[in-house]
Amino acid sequence: MSGAGPVQAVAWVVRRDLTLALRGRADVLTTLVFFVIVVSLFPLGVGPDMDTLRTMGPGVVWVAALLASMLSLGRLFASDYQDGTLEQFLVAPYPLSLLVLGKVGAHWLASGVPLVLIAPFLGLQYGMSFASLRVLMGSLLLGTPVLSLLGAIGAALTLGLRGGGVLVALLVLPLYVPVLIMGAGAVEADAAGLGAQGHLSLLAAMLVLAAFFTPWATATALRISLD
Amino acid sequence: MNRKLEGDDLGSVRGDRRLFEHVGFALEGGELLHVTGPNGAGKTTLLRMVCGLVRPEAGEVRWGGEPIRALGEEYLARVTYLGHLNAIKDELTARENLRAAAALSGLDTPEARVDEALARMGVQAQADLPVKVLSQGQKRRSALARLLVSASPLWVLDEPFNALDKGAVETVRAAISGHLAGGGMALLTTHQEVPIAGTVRTLALGA
Repeated sequence: MSGAGPVQAVAWVVRRDLTLALRGRADVLTTLVFFVIVVSLFPLGVGPDMDTLRTMGPGVVWVAALLASMLSLGRLFASDYQDGTLEQFLVAPYPLSLLVLGKVGAHWLASGVPLVLIAPFLGLQYGMSFASLRVLMGSLLLGTPVLSLLGAIGAALTLGLRGGGVLVALLVLPLYVPVLIMGAGAVEADAAGLGAQGHLSLLAAMLVLAAFFTPWATATALRISLD
Repeated sequence: MNRKLEGDDLGSVRGDRRLFEHVGFALEGGELLHVTGPNGAGKTTLLRMVCGLVRPEAGEVRWGGEPIRALGEEYLARVTYLGHLNAIKDELTARENLRAAAALSGLDTPEARVDEALARMGVQAQADLPVKVLSQGQKRRSALARLLVSASPLWVLDEPFNALDKGAVETVRAAISGHLAGGGMALLTTHQEVPIAGTVRTLALGA
């Protein structure tokens, strides 16, 4: 059999999912608009005291990113499950975890990267300094893929269940806690003059660990859901 | 190159209901296994079992004498599975769907091959339209075009003739016959009478 390699297959998975994300733009925009609105509501509610806003800024942006990321999780496998594409993933002659990594990667490119790019503009509402904004972007850049990777496990486990959305939140939010602490902590540490290096390194370590282990867990969960 | 596919003493339990037990079959190159039975007899489950999607409650499926669980991807590279779901994306065109599906099953499909497959299934005029504007039958045709680019020796087809008109049924029937004549094997469920040239075995479930 003249073979397209696993790399090509994964490339096709990414390409297909990105094409789908572009054609169904409403989905991507929903996540982004949700993020923008949540982050913008806080200054309106808390009032214009710059000091308060500056302290809570990183935390708010990170919590909003976390919720936005979770909002988009439901779509990760649901449509593939309904139209039978997921079955084809399972009978493909490639490791399922590799294909899952491709899907999660595409999901992050479509829903995580826009958050990273728009975050500094939202941070301005909180009077964050240029240096803080840079750290915020860095921490989101390292952290949002971890959110997608961890969330994929929850999305796979709740596939085809009624009320899956709420269940995903219960399953996944506790796993998000370390990422939230390190992500928001990085900006605070930088603002306090301690340097964000430590926090960012830990985030990077989480990313490596998650990229290595979660696709395997997600693949196992998918097999169970489809059995 | 073609080896034997065997199902040995297979049993399946869904929930707390026993679907079937002690089901066995053997299939060699050039043979077709027609799985029959009333609705709910477990035909789809049996087919999914052969693809490794469902773990058998009892017994095992073997390819060339080895359990398919142990062979893993080496076995899956030899299977083309067409479920009763089309596995095509509404927002993509028929051509994009076919190319993505071919890449996923490990095929490097040249553009000419894709065009030819779509033409044989009679959807070349709709090849560059998003699949969501096509009719049910046309969607099924675009999904079935996958068979025409497939190079795997084992086809597992769940109700392939659903929603197809006479002409398309004839095309698929010819494709299956050609596949068998070339030494391939196929598992098939259908409620229609479809005469297929070659050795046809029948496996009746729930009888």
